Amino acid sequence: MLKLIASRIATAIPSLIGVVIVTFMLTRVLPGDAAAYFAGPAATPQAIAEIRTKLGLDKPLPVQFVDYVTALSKGDLGSSLSTGQPVATEIASRLPASAELTLSGLILALAIAIPFGIMAAVKQGTWVDHACRVITTAGVSLPVFFTGLLLVYVFYFKLGWAPAPLGRLDVFFTAPPTVTGFYLIDSLIAGDLETFRSAAAQLAIPTVTLAIFALAPIARITRASMLSVLSSEFVRTARAAGLTPYKVIMVYAFRNAMLPVITTLGMVFSFLLGANVLVEKVFAWPGIGSYAVEALISSDYAPVQGFVLAMAILYIILNLVIDLAYGVIDPRARSEA
Amino acid sequence: MTLANPADRGSASSSSGLAATLRHAKYVISENPVTGLAFGMFLVLIVAAAIGPYIVPYDPLASDTKAALQAPSWAHWFGTDQLGRDMFSRVIVATRLDMGIAIFSVALVFAAGGIAGIAAGFFGGWTDRIVGRISDTIMAFPLFVLAMGIVAALGNTVTNIVIATAIINFPLYVRVARAEAAIRRQSGFIQAARLTGNSEWRILLTQILPNILPIMMVQMSLTMGYAILNAAGLSFIGLGVRPPTPEWGIMVAEGSAFIVSGEWWIALFPGLALMFAVFCFNLLGDGLRDIVDPQRRT
Amino acid sequence: MHGVIDMTQATTPTPAEEARGPLLEVHHLTVEFATRKGIVTAVKQVDLTVRKGETLGIVGESGSGKSVTSYTLMRILDRAGRIAEGTITFSGIDVANATERTMRDLRGREISMIFQNPRAALNPIRKVGDQIGDVLLHHLQAEPRNVKAKVIEILEQVRIARPQERYHAYPFELSGGMCQRIVIALALACQPQLLIADEPTTGLDVTTQKAVMDLVTELTRARGMSTILITHDLGLAATYCDTVVVMEKGKVVETAPAEQIFRAPQHPYTQKLVRATPRPGIALSDLLPEVAVVPSPLPEGERSAPLAAGEGAQASSQMPAPPHPDPLPRGERGLPGAPLLKVENLLKEYPRQGVPMGFFAGLMGKKAPPEEAIFRAVDGLSFEVNKGESVGLVGESGCGKSTTSTIVMRLIDATSGKITFDGMDIGAIPAKEFAHHPMRRRIQMVFQDPTDSLNPRYTAARAIADPLLRMGEQFGIRGAAQMRAKVEELATMAGLPLDLLDRFPHQLSGGQKARVGIARAIALKPDLVILDEPTAALDVSVQAVVLNLLEELKQTLGMSYLFVSHDLHVVRLLCDRVIVMRQGKMVEEGTSEQVLEAPKAAYTRELIAAIPHPPV
Repeated sequence: MLKLIASRIATAIPSLIGVVIVTFMLTRVLPGDAAAYFAGPAATPQAIAEIRTKLGLDKPLPVQFVDYVTALSKGDLGSSLSTGQPVATEIASRLPASAELTLSGLILALAIAIPFGIMAAVKQGTWVDHACRVITTAGVSLPVFFTGLLLVYVFYFKLGWAPAPLGRLDVFFTAPPTVTGFYLIDSLIAGDLETFRSAAAQLAIPTVTLAIFALAPIARITRASMLSVLSSEFVRTARAAGLTPYKVIMVYAFRNAMLPVITTLGMVFSFLLGANVLVEKVFAWPGIGSYAVEALISSDYAPVQGFVLAMAILYIILNLVIDLAYGVIDPRARSEA
Repeated sequence: MTLANPADRGSASSSSGLAATLRHAKYVISENPVTGLAFGMFLVLIVAAAIGPYIVPYDPLASDTKAALQAPSWAHWFGTDQLGRDMFSRVIVATRLDMGIAIFSVALVFAAGGIAGIAAGFFGGWTDRIVGRISDTIMAFPLFVLAMGIVAALGNTVTNIVIATAIINFPLYVRVARAEAAIRRQSGFIQAARLTGNSEWRILLTQILPNILPIMMVQMSLTMGYAILNAAGLSFIGLGVRPPTPEWGIMVAEGSAFIVSGEWWIALFPGLALMFAVFCFNLLGDGLRDIVDPQRRT
Repeated sequence: MHGVIDMTQATTPTPAEEARGPLLEVHHLTVEFATRKGIVTAVKQVDLTVRKGETLGIVGESGSGKSVTSYTLMRILDRAGRIAEGTITFSGIDVANATERTMRDLRGREISMIFQNPRAALNPIRKVGDQIGDVLLHHLQAEPRNVKAKVIEILEQVRIARPQERYHAYPFELSGGMCQRIVIALALACQPQLLIADEPTTGLDVTTQKAVMDLVTELTRARGMSTILITHDLGLAATYCDTVVVMEKGKVVETAPAEQIFRAPQHPYTQKLVRATPRPGIALSDLLPEVAVVPSPLPEGERSAPLAAGEGAQASSQMPAPPHPDPLPRGERGLPGAPLLKVENLLKEYPRQGVPMGFFAGLMGKKAPPEEAIFRAVDGLSFEVNKGESVGLVGESGCGKSTTSTIVMRLIDATSGKITFDGMDIGAIPAKEFAHHPMRRRIQMVFQDPTDSLNPRYTAARAIADPLLRMGEQFGIRGAAQMRAKVEELATMAGLPLDLLDRFPHQLSGGQKARVGIARAIALKPDLVILDEPTAALDVSVQAVVLNLLEELKQTLGMSYLFVSHDLHVVRLLCDRVIVMRQGKMVEEGTSEQVLEAPKAAYTRELIAAIPHPPV
């Protein structure tokens, strides 16, 4: 198992290097004056020249790259023009908000999609199956920001069940003392049920929005891989040996069917992290996505670059976790290591 | 059919192949009316994109403050926005821009990703490693986030949205084309072609490519929907298209401020148009997959 | 169906056997499948009887309904299939109408099954010991505390060495033969009364096949079990079964004791099948039905094969004279002409990682010691092929025969060694350049899988024309009409009806695709054709036709063949000389008769002994 972890980390390193090079290139190498980007739209030529020297943009590219990597290794992502705050600090303080939203969306999606996909495959051709097909095709066609707005209209404006889409907590509450950064967990640790309720209410609609988005691909792949496993020869062997349908489906088919699902989760994460940005904008969620969007609008480049890098690193880590989970289930992947 | 001379034999055999494909397509549509519906939806989109600007009742950019924020009515089917512009006209006119972005980006990535993937799968070795490394690096980013970064770096223009959308789709095309080329590389008919003096490039173009093209077409249809969503998402957060240009994503963004006060129609209709387009391409992709490869039906 | 029971009784006259009652009785069984094109009847009015302790063989070619019959007995048909008519009685239980619960108790406990492709039949991510344990626990043959000991006991019974260790192995860590033993262990774990073996050895090497079949026979005999063996191989069935049932297109056409089926087949289809089965002491033409049988029972489209003497002569009369100045001695087996191909000290090395892991792990236990990093697929091989001669290259999978043929084909380069073709050192030309070399057209190939070897988007005519378009300058073909004429000439020679020329591969039968492949291979009038298991993917009756076609073409065109195969009997029919290979080396070389009738090497003897010997 240790060998597997080591080998997977080793395969993640080239991706990490690639990510760092690309983020560097995005600002320094591509056409356009990077100093002008960093200086912002209203800067005078002197200000631009100053920034150029300050950022070392007058040095040769390889030197710039070394400087960039050195700064990165110290956790220095530069500072925001508009707030003057270091980007790394801002991102670190906003990350838990994004993570709480993304994870709850994913968990909800998995909790619905996997049983749904299995049901559709096991009861192929019945109404569950047809419902699954319609929902998955419709689900991938929904723009996530649009779903969010529809839900806000229905549950906030029409029914009044949900609070206003304005952040993580109602204005009358203060954030619980930070332990994990997840309000749901922190408020429980603090024993503050009122805050917990408010946090949960704020979280509900954005979570559902993300879940609807992530549900379709997961249910689709679960159904497809379950179908193919159910028609495989080893399931036939298990049936021919008289094992109960429950044992055949749960022990023989399900674990095998989960392998493609786990692989697909990587793609789902990629979509989710992107969708997160849009959902944060719709619900004024104070996460790193809305931080980046605000910076984009004011042409404040350092936060955007920091955001892209942070998301990429997060994504690489998530993929690593997925790979390890795969290795736990599939002995073949373990032996390759 | 008689065997034509060497120059046009390829087209002769592919035309009978085309006829067979069309027959099969007709069969699939009659078997699966949903695919027929998707073709119908596709036609609506094409018509809206082609002649939409000439048939809409109002100028999509003309504001009329007296008629601002009107709910849907006979005069304004989809209502009006905060500046009194006719939403119906705006939604229809936007079709051309949204479809244009998606089509250009998909065509771009189809050419680049398709060729790179086929070459990687067929030649293997260094070609494969380089193409694989590029695509792995792109895949190491959450795709939408990368698109944001690219547009922010290259500049906030529609062209750059097209480029960014193409880049993030690149690995998907490479993966499909590479896998299809790699399984065929060692197949008997490729070996047989080698035995009869075909060069590697000729094999790639005359034997591998025609076999992969249909699968790539399916991929194209499936990614069209994704490209539309991606471009709309970028403009929703304020990248690329700028107001007052009619574009579905930005129109939903403009309408989002009015959702909480109950003016639902400003965001709803462009959002529905987006869904319509994406749904159409997804259905079409599934239908095309059935035509091309009945076994992969899910 | 006539007298199933009568015949069985007539041939099992010993009182002991008469005392045995029927264990399984199938009466008028009809199975239908609902498909998009409507109802398809896969099994029609089938009657079967299996007595206690008896081994019944069900033999048929693809599409005969033999596997569907066996799945029906277990009631594990997929959703679309249903029993339309008939009864199945197993030990007094009405299987066709039994509840699913009853069936679950029967499956694995009373009737069990082993499958083709043993590796796929096992759950890839569950330890094999646990998989056997699941069955034992389910049927209450063991309790959680003693299940492991029971499983190990069963593993020992199926002769798995070091069962303690193998308990924890995953299927991918075991060889194909070992996996099949696990599947047998799984099937026999609960001591059932009936074992259904569905093509249990297809895809396994002949020596492994013998080991597996002997094991099954021994274990089932010791337990007094009945067995149904489902196979396409009449020889295998006749060797291991008491009674053989022959099925064709969903119907039982003949039921007879094994000894009778070869000696006195009754039904025309059985007669054809018996004739088409390669066996010792026959000639190639003996494989085909006698010419007098005009309404040929050959599969659709095989009928127009111009193999009757008249048509064959016509085909050769259209032919220009062979390109060689000296006409070769035809039909005189073993008479060597001048050497055409000479291979000396051929060596091909691969890095060790290219070797399938499971195979070695299976042989050497879980932790295979890291041997040398180099694996020799071909290890110092030398041989010659003379003009007009057919040489067989025989061996089991992994022996290096295919690597050798691919090198001779000049599709890959050897590590070292010399290949001389007609006096020219072609081994010195890199494989990449050989594609454009004038020598290219003189060495051609017929591939193993006729489907895989045809571009799905080319018509038959286009496929045959391809070599002519690229390298056919010598024929001076001008314009479409001449090309068409040439393609038609080649198709006629290969026995492909001309109206099929504009079809795509998926519209052709297996035999027809094989003919397209052969027509393409001979289009450039090559001197040497490499046949890479050209009939391995074909039904035996189609194989008979194709082998005869190949022989005839060789005579007509004066070609030489290098025939790569795992099947000694098939090789003997077509080849003058045979080379037996093992682990990249030559084990034995000699004329076909010598090697088959008086093998010198122990390995060759083992190989010959492993071929099923039906009672004749």
